[in-house]
Amino acid sequence: MPDPALAHPAPVQPLLQTVGLTKRYGDFLANDRIDIEIVPREIHALLGENGAGKSTLVKTIYGLVQPSGGELRWQGRPIKLSGPSEARSLGIGMVFQHFSLFDNLTVAENVALGLDGKEPLRAVSARLADVARDYGLPLDPKREVWQLSVGERQRIEIVRALMQNPKFLILDEPTAVLTPQEADQLFIVLERLKQEGRAILYISHKLDEVKRLCDTATILRGGRKVATCNPKLETAGSLARMMVGSEIKEVKPSAERRTTVPRLVVNDLTLQPAELHGVRLQNISFELKGGEILGIAGVAGNGQDELFAALSGERLVKEPGTIIIDGIACGNLSISERRKMGAAFVPEERLGHGTAPRMRLSENALLTGHAAGDMVRHGFINAAATLRTVDRTTETFDVRKAKRDPEAASLSGGNLQKFVVGREILRQPAVLVVNQPTWGVDAGAAAIIRQALIDLASAGAAVLVTSQDLDELIEIADRIAVMFHGRLSAALPRMEATREKLGLLMGGASLDQKEAAHATRA
Amino acid sequence: MQLVLEKRAERSRTIALVSPLIAIGLTLVTMSVLFALLGKNPITALGVYFIAPLTDGYSLQEIAVKATPLVMIAIGLSLCYLANAWNIGAEGQFLIGAVAGSWIAVKTQGTEAGHWVLPAMLLAGAAAGALYALIPALCRVKFGASEILTSLMLVYVADLLLDYLVRGPWRDPAGFNFPTTAEFDPVATVPLLIEGGRLHLGSIIALIVVICAFVLLDRTIKGFEIRVVGVAPRAARFGGFNANQLVLVTFAISGALAGLAGIIEVAGPIGHLQPGISPGYGFTAIIVAFLGRLNPVGILIAGLFLALTFIGGEQAQITMKIPLDVTKVFQGILLFYVLACDSLILYRFKLVFAARQVQSGAG
Ligand SMILES: Nc1ncnc2c1ncn2[C@@H]1O[C@H](COP(=O)(O)OP(=O)(O)OP(=O)(O)O)[C@@H](O)[C@H]1O
Ligand SMILES: [Mg+2]
Repeated sequence: MPDPALAHPAPVQPLLQTVGLTKRYGDFLANDRIDIEIVPREIHALLGENGAGKSTLVKTIYGLVQPSGGELRWQGRPIKLSGPSEARSLGIGMVFQHFSLFDNLTVAENVALGLDGKEPLRAVSARLADVARDYGLPLDPKREVWQLSVGERQRIEIVRALMQNPKFLILDEPTAVLTPQEADQLFIVLERLKQEGRAILYISHKLDEVKRLCDTATILRGGRKVATCNPKLETAGSLARMMVGSEIKEVKPSAERRTTVPRLVVNDLTLQPAELHGVRLQNISFELKGGEILGIAGVAGNGQDELFAALSGERLVKEPGTIIIDGIACGNLSISERRKMGAAFVPEERLGHGTAPRMRLSENALLTGHAAGDMVRHGFINAAATLRTVDRTTETFDVRKAKRDPEAASLSGGNLQKFVVGREILRQPAVLVVNQPTWGVDAGAAAIIRQALIDLASAGAAVLVTSQDLDELIEIADRIAVMFHGRLSAALPRMEATREKLGLLMGGASLDQKEAAHATRA
Repeated sequence: MQLVLEKRAERSRTIALVSPLIAIGLTLVTMSVLFALLGKNPITALGVYFIAPLTDGYSLQEIAVKATPLVMIAIGLSLCYLANAWNIGAEGQFLIGAVAGSWIAVKTQGTEAGHWVLPAMLLAGAAAGALYALIPALCRVKFGASEILTSLMLVYVADLLLDYLVRGPWRDPAGFNFPTTAEFDPVATVPLLIEGGRLHLGSIIALIVVICAFVLLDRTIKGFEIRVVGVAPRAARFGGFNANQLVLVTFAISGALAGLAGIIEVAGPIGHLQPGISPGYGFTAIIVAFLGRLNPVGILIAGLFLALTFIGGEQAQITMKIPLDVTKVFQGILLFYVLACDSLILYRFKLVFAARQVQSGAG
């Protein structure tokens, strides 16, 4: 008797299915009747603008958010998840957009806490090292998390998820914080997981990446599913159109800007790290004029955070003249005093550093706005002024949120990023120091932020942008320098800053060697 | 099968509001069991504890009098705790405030000194409490010493100092060798609000403190600083707030309030300095602060509630021969349940079955 299964190959049963899944926050529908099917051996992209509901959907699948309606099915059977540990026991793993790591614990301890079993720490540590090596994601189990860069932190989350041997892995914007090299490394891992028969749900704002990697794409807009397609058959433009519903504005190339006087000068800044594994800043010098945007490229963890701390005044340097803002030596002045002088800062980490997650946006406006401006009079808070900042930021940068003044943590990642950047730009700073300005922001909003940085410079401000996104730097910066092992290279004018040259500098080569390499090849 | 705590999907707002009530409920149940074990009828005992004091005017005044120091101290402690500074030594600051204020009363005793005496005593009490609280705060900021231990240990130092003074230099010569100072002069006494009653000016001061704390936390940049340093230290540093400085400020404020409460207690209801001026106000105030959710209005309510337990405890001792220490047991159980219930805001109980473990062990 012929096997019927051979004659009619059964359709692949979806590993996970959502049917009419809905999540409501008050009157606000974050997810509105979403149907989605994910089959084994598939990398499935989830696309949408900031606030479209992507993170909400995957958190529901992972049991972290309770749905208000609809159903989840796992291998065809309806399931109810009361928490992530239940999702994990089914074989669902997740890497979060915002990490959930304990800063004061080591890598191994963090991983052990995230595992459900009762494995002794030593065994976890060994298995962690194995998995990390096996997948080519280097990690030192003994280091404490607070000393690690964002990229390394994410590696912990990925390895932790892999150690649970998931059948279905969710990654929420994993490449937002990675360098191109790190991202490539991740894609190799994902391809391999796919070959091993697992399914992957992949959220990203980088459409070329999605086209390259993903087999299927589901597109959300305003909480609803608007399309499912094969991204390989689409263009980045057509995908973006489905996400936004209209065309995306291009960034206007910076019209000829006049540079003025130096507004931010760093003289031979050398600084011992505050932390055991921190990076020592060595002889950093640069001069940034009004009307100019200086980009700093480099792989995370090469001293960018330390430089930010010194420039912002979170860490003071003994010699005041090392850092000069608008002609005033201020190496030993606090961050508040620097803000009063017209400086503004945007750190890399938006939750917990740039904002207090559990506080409202108006309070977070006050966080950086209290030193200068009209938010505080005689020690009393002017609540109207703080709300005004929220409203203006919301309007100018299209921050989408469920109510007027929600807690920072309830905003979607990209929308919070818009708020954190917008809050500073709207103060019209004389000097703006910003790290990763468009981390996790969708293409449309990224264009708005980049344009705002350019406009700020055109209005005479000095803007220092640190980013791992070379395309971003090449698009907006007038000059680009590279940070490597705590040193800063000389800045290359935009015309000369090719991806190739920057890539070499990021790997630690000096340009002379590179020139030499050219000569020998010629 | 195993009972575990699992993180909730979302913070439960309902539980955040009702958690103190659940804690009180659980405490009452536990207390009933305890009363039954002591051979007392739980219903009668709870009635004597919590209902009887509310039924006559004298007890009601007494509740307000007892709540006065509790609320004042707890307000100060809540500022510390919000800012992640753990002042456990309010009892010591209370005693030192009482001693410092009494010094003025003792020195001016029987002189022509006028109405400046009481204000001076209050100021001295507050200043001494603040300075005393700054010792553990400075040790933490300068040397990284745990303020929990140092502030607690200084309680005993203050206790012994008070004891020495009233047995030695300040003892009332006409006091039949009792360890106490002479009764304070009228200018050195906190005036009563109702002639012949118990309620005194201190209760008004406590209310003003509650209002000031509310305004401070809700409307001022300093209050914002206190809140943000506690919940998001890194963001606070980015905001330009100095956590170490705040440890000093909140310890100083809370020490001042405890000291003020101390001198008001001595110059008010007690009328002279003697050992045992506090039935543990400084420690009970810790419970008040947490039961009141570190919120000024909550603390006012919680302070009245715990004052009720003191009064009820006294009456239960008189009418039912229940030991006074049962009140302390009650307060301890209450703190335990308050902290336990608070974790239910973020976590929930869950039964885990053995099968799951096998699965995850195999995976
Ligand atoms: N706990 C919450 N309370 C209220 N509103 C919420 C909450 N969580 C999310 N939202 C709202 O739901 C919407 C969808 O958020 P979600 O995080 O899913 O967006 P997203 O698609 O992941 O966006 P991004 O690309 O910026 O990460 C947002 O507008 C957000 O403000
Ligand atoms: Mg998201």
